[in-house]
Amino acid sequence: MTSMKNIRTWLAGLVVLAFLLVPVYVAITQDTYALTLFGRILVFALAALGLNLALGFGGMVSLGHAMYIGFGAYTVAILSTLGVHSGWVHLLVAMGVTAVVAVPLGWVALRTQGIAFIMITLAFAQLFYFVFVSLRNFGGDDGMTLEQASNFGPLTGNPYALYLATAACVIGAAYLISRIVTSRFGLVLRATKVSERRVNAVGTSSLSYRLMAYVISAELCSLAGYFLVNLTGFVSPAYMAWTVSGELIVMVLLGGLGTVFGPIVGAASLLLVEEGLKAYTEHWPLILGPAIVLMVVFLKRGLWGLLSDKTESVTTPGGH
Amino acid sequence: MTLNLLLTQVLNGVQFGILLFLMAAGLTLVFGIMSFINLAHGSLYMLGAYFAAVAYGWTGSFWLAMAAAFFGLFALGALADALGLSILHRRDHLDQVLATFGIVLFCNELVRVVWGNAPLFMDAPPLLADSIEVLGLNYPAYRFAIIGAGLVVALGLYLLIERTRIGMLIRAGASNRSMVSALGVNIGWINRFVFALGAALAGLAGAMVGPILSIQPGMGEPILILTLVVIVIGGIGSIRGAFLGALVVGVVDTLGRVLMPSLLNQLFSPSVANAAGPAMASIGVYLLMIIVLAFKPDGLFPVRQR
Repeated sequence: MTSMKNIRTWLAGLVVLAFLLVPVYVAITQDTYALTLFGRILVFALAALGLNLALGFGGMVSLGHAMYIGFGAYTVAILSTLGVHSGWVHLLVAMGVTAVVAVPLGWVALRTQGIAFIMITLAFAQLFYFVFVSLRNFGGDDGMTLEQASNFGPLTGNPYALYLATAACVIGAAYLISRIVTSRFGLVLRATKVSERRVNAVGTSSLSYRLMAYVISAELCSLAGYFLVNLTGFVSPAYMAWTVSGELIVMVLLGGLGTVFGPIVGAASLLLVEEGLKAYTEHWPLILGPAIVLMVVFLKRGLWGLLSDKTESVTTPGGH
Repeated sequence: MTLNLLLTQVLNGVQFGILLFLMAAGLTLVFGIMSFINLAHGSLYMLGAYFAAVAYGWTGSFWLAMAAAFFGLFALGALADALGLSILHRRDHLDQVLATFGIVLFCNELVRVVWGNAPLFMDAPPLLADSIEVLGLNYPAYRFAIIGAGLVVALGLYLLIERTRIGMLIRAGASNRSMVSALGVNIGWINRFVFALGAALAGLAGAMVGPILSIQPGMGEPILILTLVVIVIGGIGSIRGAFLGALVVGVVDTLGRVLMPSLLNQLFSPSVANAAGPAMASIGVYLLMIIVLAFKPDGLFPVRQR
């Protein structure tokens, strides 16, 4: 048992080290594409970490978390068009907007269970997808370019600073989640996943715990969107398409549902495989689609989950 | 806004609702009896449209095209179930969502590879090519035919489920699967039949939109998501809920697109109305869903839980 834990600690350290070596590699070779690619991987790792809190630990199968990536990204782009450039203001407004949206939406969605929850989160995401498609003043269907990156004084627009800031947030988020799930709050949250009814029966209101987890996970996705728009300098409704929400779930499951570090591994694996397939053929979904099916059928515990002991294996969120 | 225009839009809404019903009926039945959530239902719709377009290209007969879509998708549904989709029945919803998501990616790309990115078109049959005058209103005969066909399907489904032996087994399977199995009924075959029937109805819906919409890769997703809204509003597993939910969603969506902009024009300044109008128009059904769920989390016609 300890050996597996040691292996995981070592591997996690290696993965983090690899991410931190990317800027060094880029500084030497001037291969800026690598910085963008791995920056994107970090952004999606952050979003997947957030989703995993709701999905993996709370058993909430949300098929709409891409919406929050969109909120983070659009907040920055819209504020920038309105002449507000301060990075801290961007960040605060993005977090605030996400909270204002996530609390009521989460409350309505969490009134339902199982399959209805999946569909409602999907429908909410579509709702806002269409809202942003219709905002002609802000690019509509085509999206809009970011006028000016979030202003952080001399660091503004520096790709290395952006990469390292994203990496710091990913590590911070992973640490935060590891603390959350072992706290009393996390204990109740994981209990709601096993049986919401029993949690209510012992006198704990499960709704507030689940809602809190949902909102935290939305905030992490919004933060990912904040970094994504600064990375690409562009935002469009495609960021919040339902397929992106699907891919986020794939990342979480591929990495290992309900493991702290798994989503980072999942995001990196999926995006690198996609990148490889795209280089190989333009019809890459023909391969990726069946690969996802095979993953679901055979790789139940995810890549990171393979390294965990059977005894600490995660229970899957049930449909009941 | 004249009364005629309003009436036309209501008819359009009903026609759209009927299409949604054909989709929702299959999805809600499959969910009700197998507890299986199939995101690839939109892909079945798309494949139905393509099957019809291909059959139409070969034979030039609209009716053969409809039959090709219906029976083609019935066979495809049965085949997919036999080939291993049934593994997913025993998995949890998360696995089902993901696996069928993978199938959606695959199908969209497959269609793109086989038939290309350019949209295909079909013509309505000569018999239905004209307009019919009803109450002083000219309305395309083809759209009337869609409404009629949908009502016939709804009636047929009702009779099948309420009045036949197989329908009785389907209902029994939905309420207690293992008991039905213990009584010597092959529940696997019932499941396969229901899944294939759902696929056939989705294929028929896809084929019927051929003459009014363009047939292209990814056409299944928008209607899939509205279908999900329909079955959530109607109550998951309920055919009656699917029918009423589909009509409500069809009419609200269509009228919302027409009425919202003019309503906003009267309430706000033109600049605000122009900016917000299109956004408001497309979210009507989602608002409806939120309102329904805030008050009735199980939908309007909840099916009694096992």
